[in-house]
Formats: sequence, structure tokens, C-alpha cells
Amino acid sequence: MSEVAQDNNQGKKKGKTKKMSTRVDFTPMVDLGFLLITFFMLATTLNKPQTMEIAMPSKEKVTEEDQTKIKASRAVTILLGKENKVFYYEGTRENNIDPVLNQTDFSPKGMRQFLIKKNYDIMVQVRQLKALKDAEKLSPKDFEKQKDEIIADKKAPIVLIKGTIDSSYKNLIDALDEMAICNIGRYAIVDITPFDLELLAKKL
Amino acid sequence: MPKVKIKRKSTAIDMTAMCDVAFLLLTFFMLTSNFTQKEPVKVSTPASISEIKLPDRNVISILVDAKGKVFLGADGQDNRVQMLTKMGAAYNVTFTAAELKEFSLINKFGVPITMMKTYLALKSEERDLPQNALGIPCDSLDNQFKSWVSVAKTVNSEYRIAIKADQATTYPVIKKLMGTLQDINENRYNLLTSLKNAPDYE
Repeated sequence: MSEVAQDNNQGKKKGKTKKMSTRVDFTPMVDLGFLLITFFMLATTLNKPQTMEIAMPSKEKVTEEDQTKIKASRAVTILLGKENKVFYYEGTRENNIDPVLNQTDFSPKGMRQFLIKKNYDIMVQVRQLKALKDAEKLSPKDFEKQKDEIIADKKAPIVLIKGTIDSSYKNLIDALDEMAICNIGRYAIVDITPFDLELLAKKL
Repeated sequence: MPKVKIKRKSTAIDMTAMCDVAFLLLTFFMLTSNFTQKEPVKVSTPASISEIKLPDRNVISILVDAKGKVFLGADGQDNRVQMLTKMGAAYNVTFTAAELKEFSLINKFGVPITMMKTYLALKSEERDLPQNALGIPCDSLDNQFKSWVSVAKTVNSEYRIAIKADQATTYPVIKKLMGTLQDINENRYNLLTSLKNAPDYE
């Protein structure tokens, strides 16, 4: 590669000039190259950080009329407890009968199973849609659009996530993750109410 | 008897190809990666299945450690200078040109504005010592965090907010932070997570 074609004509006229080798030893250059690679590998991050996008309701006061009262039958409340415990109940207190508070966790067999059961129809639809996308019969853009329509279904559960003071940030992320996994379209992070605390106190 | 001459092979290897490979890799790494930013505290983010990437530019990053200390960083050196000038004006602290220059080089800081002058006078390796990582006050009496974010937003309205919190951070801390952001009408933000695989069904 580094050899240069020699010109013979010149050599004859002026007698034989000493031929210099045109080969260069590249070893130090390789050393330098790998040194720099090592440096860059250690000093940089290759991938951009992952994020989760979240939109919170604005704090502007909403008038009573504007507020949409959610149907008790659609509401699922998730309470984040201490030591990664999770509690959930459906609906609210009706005719002085308290809803049943169940204890679970964030393992695949825990919270998720309940949400999948609750949201089964929509999950099936989304999965069918995803199969279409994977078979390249649907563009990713259309997939997102149609998915949004499906998960905005009027009968889908609405999940309220409430954290107690003993819960951690990880619990919150886990809960938000479950929403994404179970294709829950409507969920909100809400302040815990005295009613929830009362239920929790009874359970413990 | 003539000696049998064994033809000696040269031990020199042509390094040119190797050199090409090395520099090709080097170019690849230089182009695809970005430098790890120094952070004042170590934070391990919770895992999530979300695969949305954080944008490269115009990000205000909020760092919350396990104890609930808040650190803040914004990109763009000019923006940082403007932020500090405005914050100084709001809290009656005047900064010299040298201090402003120094501040523009800091990636993430976590000191109350009253301590900023002494903080900027420190050497860069001293800044990250535990006794100097105080956190920005963000309680209801003295919410400097709120001022910082709103100032940053006036400097550059394109800024997105990214919260990077430790998984052991307690919920009330996060709730308070989110409440503060709600107060200044910042309702959309990103939560930084590490990636974990989405579960497969059936």
C-alpha cells in the first residue's frame, strides 16, 4: 500500500542513487489509534438516556361544571404503600359500603394481572393492531393514531395513582409502567385522600 | 558441504490495515457518542419499558438524589450566564464577569443562591465534595428551585424539563417537585429512566 512505483529512467542518467525504502512502520500509529478509542469508549456514553413523558393536569381552578365526574364503575384506585406494597380498589364508597382493598405488588403476577383482566378488550385490540404493524401493513404513525383511538374507549378503566408518604419514586415509575404495559389510556397521579388513608388503616 | 539455507521470513507485519481499522473505529466512536456529564451525586434511575429518547438540546435537567437534594443544570453557556444574572438580580446578589464565566462552565449545581459566590470560588474538584453538594432549597418558604426553572424558561422558552431522580427518593419529595412545576405551569416533562425489556404476552 505504501510502496511507490519507481521511476527507472532517472536512475540511469545520474548513476545509481541509493533506493530508500518507502515503507513506514505503522505500529506506533496503531497504538495511538487504539489508545484514543479506549479513551473515547470510557469518557463517552453511546446511548441517549431513556425517558418517560408525562403530562400533569394544570393547577388552574376548574369549576364544578367543567369537572368530569368519572363513573365509579370505571375507576380503579392504586395506592402505593411502603416496602413496595401496592393496594388497589375499584369504585368508591357507595351506600356506606366500602370497596374491597386488595394488596398486591408490581410483579407480573400482581398488579398487572388485575389490570389486564380489567382492560382485556382493549389489550386484545391493541395487540391485533401491533401484529398488523409488525407485518408492515400499517405505518408506525397510523399505528399510534389508531392505538390512541382504541385506548380512549369510553368503557376503559380510569386509573388513579396515589402515593402514600412511605412510597418511593420507583413505585411511581413502576405504576406508570404498568399503565403503558396494560394500555391504560386514562390515568392520573392524584393526591391521596383521607378516605384512602382510612381504607389503608383498616387493612393494616 | 554446503549449508542448507533456510529462507528467513520477515517478522514485520504490515500495520497499515490495522491502522485503518483503528482510526475507522475511532471516527465511529467520536461521531456516535456524547460525553458523559459529570454529576454532583450518583443517581440510579428506576427501570421502565419506555423507549422515548431525551432530546439533545434545550434540556433543563433536574437531578434528585436519594436523600431528596435537588440539583439543576441547563445547557447552553450563554443561557447559563443569563440565568445567573437574572437570579442574582432577583435575590440581590451581584456576580462579577469572572464568576459568570465560571458558572457558565458548570454542568449541574446544587447550592442556594446565597452560597453561589463561595461555591464559584471553589476549585472544580472541590465542588462535588459531599459537604458542598447542598441541594437547591425547594420548600414552600424559600423556593429557589421554582425561581430557577421559571428564570430558565424566560431565558429560553424552548427548554424541556427532564427529571432524573433516584429510585429510592421518597414519593413526597417527587410530589413536591411536581407540585412546584405545576405552580409555574410546567405540566409536561420527561422522567429519566433506564431501559428494561417490555414483557411479552403469550
